[in-house]
Amino acid sequence: MGNIMLEVNGLTTKYVTRFKENVYAVSDVSFTLEEGRSVGIAGESGCGKSTLALSLMGYYFAPLHYIKGDIIIDGKNISGMKPDDVRKNVLGTEIAYIPQAAMNALNPTRKVIKFIEDVIRAHDPKATKKDIFDLARQRFEVLNLPVETLYKYSVELSGGMKQRTVIAVSTILSPKVLIADEPSSALDVTSQKMVIKMIRDLMDLGLIKSMIFITHELPLLYNVTDDIMVMYAAQLVESGTADQMIFDPLHPYSKGLMGSILVPEDGTRDVKLVAIPGTPPNLKKPPEGCRFAERCVYATPKCKVSGVAYHDFDNNRKCRCHMSENELREAYANEQ
Amino acid sequence: MKNHIRQVLRSGKFMTGFIIIMLILLLVAVYPLLNPGNPLEMIGYNSFVKPGVYFSLYDSLDMESRHVYRFRLEGADELRIYNKFGTEDRIAVKEWLVRYGEREGVPGLTEEEIDVDDRYQLLDLWWEHYDPTLRLGMTIAASRVYQRLDARVAGIFNLEDYNVYTIWNEELEEYEVHQTTVVNDDYVNVNDIANRIWLPLGTENFGRDVMKQLVHAIRTSLMIGLVAGTIATAIGLLLGLVAGYVGGIVDDIIMFFTNLFTVIPGIVLLILISYSIGQEQRGAMTVAVVIGLTSWIWTARSVRSQVMSLRSRDHVNLSKLSGHSMPRIVVRDILPYVASYVVMAFVLQVSSGILAEAGLSMLGLGPKTTDVPTLGLMMNWAMRYTAHLMGAWWAYYPVVGVIALISFSLNLMNTGLDQVFNPQLREG
Amino acid sequence: MSSDNIEKAYSKENRELCLSGKGVTKVFGFGNRKTLAVDNVDFEFYTGDLISIVGESGSGKTTLIKMLLGLTSVTDGKIFFMGKERDIRTRQKKKEYWKGIQAIFQDPFSSYNIFNKIDSVLLDCIHMRGGRRLKKKEKIEMMREACSFVNLKFDEMTNKYPFELSGGQMQRLMIARIFLLRPKILLADEPTSMIDACSRATILDMLLKLRDEIGMMIIFITHDMGLAYYVSDTVYIMEKGKFVEYGSADEVVLNPKAEYTKQLLNDVPKIHDPWEFSRNRREVTAPD
Repeated sequence: MGNIMLEVNGLTTKYVTRFKENVYAVSDVSFTLEEGRSVGIAGESGCGKSTLALSLMGYYFAPLHYIKGDIIIDGKNISGMKPDDVRKNVLGTEIAYIPQAAMNALNPTRKVIKFIEDVIRAHDPKATKKDIFDLARQRFEVLNLPVETLYKYSVELSGGMKQRTVIAVSTILSPKVLIADEPSSALDVTSQKMVIKMIRDLMDLGLIKSMIFITHELPLLYNVTDDIMVMYAAQLVESGTADQMIFDPLHPYSKGLMGSILVPEDGTRDVKLVAIPGTPPNLKKPPEGCRFAERCVYATPKCKVSGVAYHDFDNNRKCRCHMSENELREAYANEQ
Repeated sequence: MKNHIRQVLRSGKFMTGFIIIMLILLLVAVYPLLNPGNPLEMIGYNSFVKPGVYFSLYDSLDMESRHVYRFRLEGADELRIYNKFGTEDRIAVKEWLVRYGEREGVPGLTEEEIDVDDRYQLLDLWWEHYDPTLRLGMTIAASRVYQRLDARVAGIFNLEDYNVYTIWNEELEEYEVHQTTVVNDDYVNVNDIANRIWLPLGTENFGRDVMKQLVHAIRTSLMIGLVAGTIATAIGLLLGLVAGYVGGIVDDIIMFFTNLFTVIPGIVLLILISYSIGQEQRGAMTVAVVIGLTSWIWTARSVRSQVMSLRSRDHVNLSKLSGHSMPRIVVRDILPYVASYVVMAFVLQVSSGILAEAGLSMLGLGPKTTDVPTLGLMMNWAMRYTAHLMGAWWAYYPVVGVIALISFSLNLMNTGLDQVFNPQLREG
Repeated sequence: MSSDNIEKAYSKENRELCLSGKGVTKVFGFGNRKTLAVDNVDFEFYTGDLISIVGESGSGKTTLIKMLLGLTSVTDGKIFFMGKERDIRTRQKKKEYWKGIQAIFQDPFSSYNIFNKIDSVLLDCIHMRGGRRLKKKEKIEMMREACSFVNLKFDEMTNKYPFELSGGQMQRLMIARIFLLRPKILLADEPTSMIDACSRATILDMLLKLRDEIGMMIIFITHDMGLAYYVSDTVYIMEKGKFVEYGSADEVVLNPKAEYTKQLLNDVPKIHDPWEFSRNRREVTAPD
């Protein structure tokens, strides 16, 4: 058990639309992340996983608004901080964020080393050029990136190379938490594997202390993170280790999600794909009871009326369901 | 679609612009009804009469048809002094007094001690010291000026004045000369005076009512803007659609001409065409057509680029696969998508059409001057007859204001529409 | 996919050449800015088959599809439809060709004209099949049948605009459109890539139903190896405008021959055989 790097308690945030409607995109999210571990967040598009990533940074600007909850990074609560303080004291050193199209964030008129200079100077204005270069070279060597890249412009790099460079630049200050939001989904599979390998190297070398990886691709998540959390309609519905979640999901929604995995491996052709009927609820007016009740085959009248807490199951798992672990297993067994 | 219209009506910017334009249109519609007549009629013998209500001096003195009322009003004298003892008179009084003080050695009569703005001090000093017999080393003509000034100053307080008027004597079949006394305290009711004229914006150099001219000019200029905008938008839309959808050699040819027009500055083209038409042939509509024919380029270019990106959208491909003909695809599957842009472009074209007309007319290349007034022509007249040197602000400031207001409100409408149809521009 | 179907598709007597091409090439641009999008490709697609064309972005698979549909001109080579060289020189001939070959595109949100109601999409199809003169009631009956084929309720669809539907519903409606048109060949260009994993199964099931119940040949374009493996009988792997390998799905996926296919399969994230660096890590950190 390592130190707790990130602790999130009851985080709730909302979007305010142009018509002044509230969309509760993250609702009562709690989890902890230990040093040296990585967690993946899976869910359908629109379930709030990207918003959760933005909310975790503590960097709120319209139309995203903070409502309540704590974000504690290595003992420091950042949830009430002003955006300016967050930018100066949290981003880069405590948290680094890599969005999907990060590779397009490089200004094409500047060399890569300039971005590294910017990042370091923002936190240590006195750093000399030599220090910066030494640090950058060392980091690039460790990550198996060619050192020449430092003196190249972003247009001279390929997509995968650009994405790896961006990740190297944004983690140069060795942040405690790396939040990667679909960092490889715009890339071809070969580049994707290289990007993932580099992120894993960063973790293994201890250059980043922990990681949150967001994607809708479950096979990818299985290959990247130690743990997986499943998000549905702005809430976490289940979490566990990657193996538990992929091969033994308990929550009916996770079960459905895992049943939709397609991989080019022997035996997967004979498995019947199962679809979950219906559509997710409208987050402007989330339902009173369990948010999945409308689409759940095992739902009882109770599910539609009363909500359920995100509670512990055996083997360090958590689940948001009225049924107990045994009841769920029984229901699945009867199904077959 | 319905949703979009609701959003447009909810957009503050659009509605502000729309209301301003509607108020201007209301003025254009209503004012001529209340105040009919030819806007180019020369009603005044003087040029640049300042704004205000004018009434016939003759009618106000006509004792037979008026009631005279007597009022003892406090401050009436002060107002009179204030109004009648003008700056030039006061400067003249001061000059004489200073000259007198130097000559006679009277203390207190120096340049520094006399305040031109203190009317009462000036009057007191004048009455105390003025002597018409003193020449003070001036020519006779110069001292005459001061004698007349003295009479004028005395006139301010004259209690009795004489008024001569004539009445038709039917028995003698000739005009009789009557004389009556008008006292300081005599008043007439303005409504009793037979002939009055209200000139809200005075007259210009030809003695024509500026307000009436302005209202007609707004109407003509809006028509020019609308016609020019319609022509420019229609040409631009047609060429843009054809070039963008058909592509290939047709696109190349159309874009060749569009690029050709792009590199020639529009205003130069406009000046050359207008000049070659000649002053007499240039009606307001001719100018509108000329403006329309020279300003379609940007509409064509942007419609083309939008159509090119729409052409590769899947719904167009599906429409093709459903066997629809090209005109149908263009009208049903492409046009609705560019319609919002075209409406916005049209609004801007109207605004730039009005500005182009004003620019051309300023240069003397606008519609012929004997037909109808336009905003540009009014500016041209004001400039040519040096209204700005005469201090006749009413001849050009209202025109400038109206031009600015019209293009401001049209641009505001455009911005409002833009925010509704381009979600990236939405605030908050 | 049951093995019966595969046998049926590959049994000699059922194999009838449906769509084939010889030396099909597409070049974009002129002179030294010339790019070869599709490079001298030969293919033979048979009736009743479900073919996947797998390639990464930029491999030329979308260009190939556009050429097969006749939406883009063919620079070089010949395309044969039902045994004869296809002729799409006039609009009338194109219309005739499109009765036999139709498509579903990747992005359901851009596949609809947002200014037209849903009914008009389906009506167009009925008219194209020569049903222009039918009575209104019969047309509605046909639309109702098409909607129920894709598990949509016609009464909920009618008089609505496409943007009022979810992505999955839109894509299902696209399948309803194909159901009404009944072409011989359906080209599905990544029909599930913009749709949530949970609704993906529904779309795939419906495509299979089209094949099984109407006997349509389906060409499925995708970049997802797993999806191609699950859904298709025959897999074509495309790289830089060329087919580098093709064969039955099991053959290509489980026993790849081409270098590119091997690399692709190696780099795709899998769950039973994870990447080596992930596997190592998991063994170290996994709790007992």
